[in-house]
Amino acid sequence: MSEISISHILFVSTALFFIGMYGLFTRRNMITMLMAIEIILNSVNINFVAFNKYLYPGKLDGVFFAIFVITIAAAEAAIAIAIIINLYRSHNSIDVEDADELKY
Amino acid sequence: MMNPYSYVAFIPLLPLVVFLILGLFGRKYFKTSSGPIGVATILISTLLSLYAAYQYFFIDGKINGVFIKIIALKYTWLQFSPNVSIDMGILLDPISVMMIVIVSFISLMVHIFSLGYMKGEERFATYYAFLSLFTFSMLGLVLSSNIFQIYMFWELVGISSFLLIGYHFERPSAVAASKKAFIVTRFADLGFLIGILILAFYSGTLDFGSLIERLTSVHSPEFIQITSATFLGASMLTWGLVLVFIGGAGKSAMFPLHVWLPDAMEGPTPVSALIHAATMVVAGVFLVARLFPVFSIDLTALQIVTWVGAFSALFAAVIACTQTDIKRVLAFSTMSQIGFMMFSLGVSKYGGENGLGYTGSMFHLFTHAFFKSLLFLGAGAVIHFSHKNDIKELGGLRKLMPVTHISFLIACLAISGIPPFAGFFSKEDILLSAYHSNKLIYGVAVFTSALTAFYMFRLYYSIFWSKMIAIPDARHGEGTSSMKVPLVILGFCTVFAGFVPFSSWITSDGIPLESNIDIGFSAFPVLMAAIGIALATYLYKTQNRRPRAIASFFGGLYRATYKKFYIDEVYFFITKKIIFKWIGRPAAWIDKNIVDGFINLLASVTAKISEFIKGFQSGKVQNYTLYFFGGILGLAILFIYFFK
Repeated sequence: MSEISISHILFVSTALFFIGMYGLFTRRNMITMLMAIEIILNSVNINFVAFNKYLYPGKLDGVFFAIFVITIAAAEAAIAIAIIINLYRSHNSIDVEDADELKY
Repeated sequence: MMNPYSYVAFIPLLPLVVFLILGLFGRKYFKTSSGPIGVATILISTLLSLYAAYQYFFIDGKINGVFIKIIALKYTWLQFSPNVSIDMGILLDPISVMMIVIVSFISLMVHIFSLGYMKGEERFATYYAFLSLFTFSMLGLVLSSNIFQIYMFWELVGISSFLLIGYHFERPSAVAASKKAFIVTRFADLGFLIGILILAFYSGTLDFGSLIERLTSVHSPEFIQITSATFLGASMLTWGLVLVFIGGAGKSAMFPLHVWLPDAMEGPTPVSALIHAATMVVAGVFLVARLFPVFSIDLTALQIVTWVGAFSALFAAVIACTQTDIKRVLAFSTMSQIGFMMFSLGVSKYGGENGLGYTGSMFHLFTHAFFKSLLFLGAGAVIHFSHKNDIKELGGLRKLMPVTHISFLIACLAISGIPPFAGFFSKEDILLSAYHSNKLIYGVAVFTSALTAFYMFRLYYSIFWSKMIAIPDARHGEGTSSMKVPLVILGFCTVFAGFVPFSSWITSDGIPLESNIDIGFSAFPVLMAAIGIALATYLYKTQNRRPRAIASFFGGLYRATYKKFYIDEVYFFITKKIIFKWIGRPAAWIDKNIVDGFINLLASVTAKISEFIKGFQSGKVQNYTLYFFGGILGLAILFIYFFK
């Protein structure tokens, strides 16, 4: 079985990154936007793991970084959901377009 | 060692303190006591001045037979360079010592007179505050040791006269008159300032002593420089002096800058006495006298001084013959007498017997102060008594106001130059020096003094003789004793001031002269004055039709004179039809459309840009995301392709 080259893996992570970005721009529902952010973070995780494997096979730095990112993503999701709940309480909606009072 | 004259500083400072106290607290705390406070302080100033004069003239002013200049105090205020500074100092020489005596004495008389005249005025304390400021300014002016210091006090005199002329600010005419006085004199002061700058630039000093010394010694580098530099065909020395003279002419109401003086009558009458006798109008004469050593070496400037003075004297005397307002007649007589002082300086030379014109001018200033303040205070008493100031409506007051009548008569005789009253002696010196220098000027002067006698007695007869008028509330009498006392004191001064041995004290070079009255020479001017008086007696002593017949005989000439030769109209034409229309309006248009327009353009462009930028902060989260990723993308491109 032939090795999968790094370019394939990077292609997947780039695709995931832009999918996430697309979701972030186009969705109005904040839960969906949160999911899009998680996809972006995971595309970064793939990069970390892939570079660790191909460039420094003997080390684990990249893997640890990926684990840290997952941890932080979990914390972030908790905070984001708390924000979303508060927003729902005050605006009765979790559509970002409804929450635009904070402007000039 | 303390300078023995340092107490002189209190002479101007006391009125200043009174001004500050009365100006700040007068209306609240000194409503009625402000008058006595002002009188008491000015009395102290007067006594100090008299003592200073005694000390200067009789004890230690004279060294080796020459009166010296004494710097009583000197305080460097602004140091521009090691050699040039603006100092605040006190310069004592014969003319400044004489002037402080006159200014404080006349001011004292006016202060006392005003106690009665201004009684019951709403702004009594303010009035006394302004009077004190005026006195302070003029005392500071005459004591100045520095040409820039004199300029500052000069402006202070201008502003205090503005305040006093506009004292009755509820009357539109008073407001207009005060503005007119201020603007005309300010306009002249522009010339003065440029003149100061020219003289100071070439002489490299602002101090009077060294300025006069450098610009009069023919071999000094400064003198050679200022006389060799020319502009429009005249040397810079001439320009500097003429410009300084323009400043003096503005304050002294010389033709054609005299237009403010007749209107200055809008102020309270005692103020007119102060302005005309001692403070404002003689400032110009004093300035020329102060710089006389420099003037005396520049014949062009002296010629201008002479002719402007002589013309103003004649011009004003002619107008005075036709005016019917008491104060207006007196105003034009002041202008005429100041003209005498000016041309007397103009025909004078520096030093010795030839400096008689200088002595005469200062002597006339001295005697004129007494009789002119007497005339104005007398006129004030008449107006206070009758509430009228048109001589057509006045007459027959000699029985009702005996003190005023006698003092007014004395002053009229003095101003007409009838011996032995004060005016005779001073006018004699002036005429004599004019006779020796220029026969034409002498002729003008004699004719003018005959006219003076005529119009003064026209005024006198119209007020005190002529028809009887009914005074509605004549029972309140001539006035309070505070009004009569100054009249009596000034009357005595007017009788005796002529006997002061003036030429042994005040001469152009400080060396005393023996005065000699030449009976043969005096006879002709006195005869002319007597003819003037006789003519006035014939026409005005009793009410008759002759004056009207003469007026209609002259017709247009009379009307032109009555209208003051339309000088005011010419000014109005020039300002309204030419300056306002062709300079003022276009300038206003440029200011409104181009200067302001440019600023408005800048503002509106800024507003538009900010309106655009403001849109970025939309409050929409996804827009921010877009900017964020856009920014990252931009930075990535920047770092990948441009900063490798």
